[in-house]
Amino acid sequence: MTDPEITLYRLQACPYCERVVRKLDQYELDYESRFVEPMHSDRNAVARLTGKRSVPALRDERTGVTMSESGNIVDYLDRTYGEAAAGGS
Amino acid sequence: MVDFDVVELPEADHVDVGDEAPDFTRPLVGDEYWRDAALSDIDGPVALVFFTMDGAFPATYMWNEIRDRGWGTDDDLTVVGVSISTPYEHKRFVEERGMEYELFSDPSAAVGDLYGAVQDLDGMTGIREHRPAVFLLDDDHAVEYAWVASEWPEFPDYDEVEAHLDRL
Repeated sequence: MTDPEITLYRLQACPYCERVVRKLDQYELDYESRFVEPMHSDRNAVARLTGKRSVPALRDERTGVTMSESGNIVDYLDRTYGEAAAGGS
Repeated sequence: MVDFDVVELPEADHVDVGDEAPDFTRPLVGDEYWRDAALSDIDGPVALVFFTMDGAFPATYMWNEIRDRGWGTDDDLTVVGVSISTPYEHKRFVEERGMEYELFSDPSAAVGDLYGAVQDLDGMTGIREHRPAVFLLDDDHAVEYAWVASEWPEFPDYDEVEAHLDRL
């Protein structure tokens, strides 16, 4: 099994994270979920990645992009994997 | 070893030497996050350690011993644990021990069933958990050594396990 190129740092039951998950599923993207703790201070892995402790945070090895905040991530996924990106017309 | 009566557990029909280690996928918990992982994702050799729920003293004893003996500190062996505790409990357990090992979370004990190493808990109705057990898997995940507790409580023979580790 090869590791998915997209890694999503998420918090259980976090609606903003679920929003990103729905978008990943919509574009049938393979991703690895990494669950972190509710306590911000326990999120060093996220802090190292994005410089912030907020989730969702996403890393896409295919493009080298790292970002946080669900709105940004959803826009990025639309731009990169949505119809506009795929259509190329 | 002890002068009180230990409880005999019923005989376990467990995964044994020469078997291929059954594969499974469960959340694998480190000190920072958890993610789904399959046993087959882990390059052999592997020491697969079943233990009691986090917080029970056998869990503490086993992992302190394994940590202090430094199993898996070279690159040739990966040590992973399995218990019924949730990822949140595992994460705290790993942090508190200051251990380098990751732990699978298997609340249903179905992985324990897969390996034939479960026990019902007297006085904790509805809870089944893994018997203390150690399975050493070679490069191809064939079982080289298998020990499953037959008494409660019972601990691995760490020296015997180490003797087998040298042969993996």
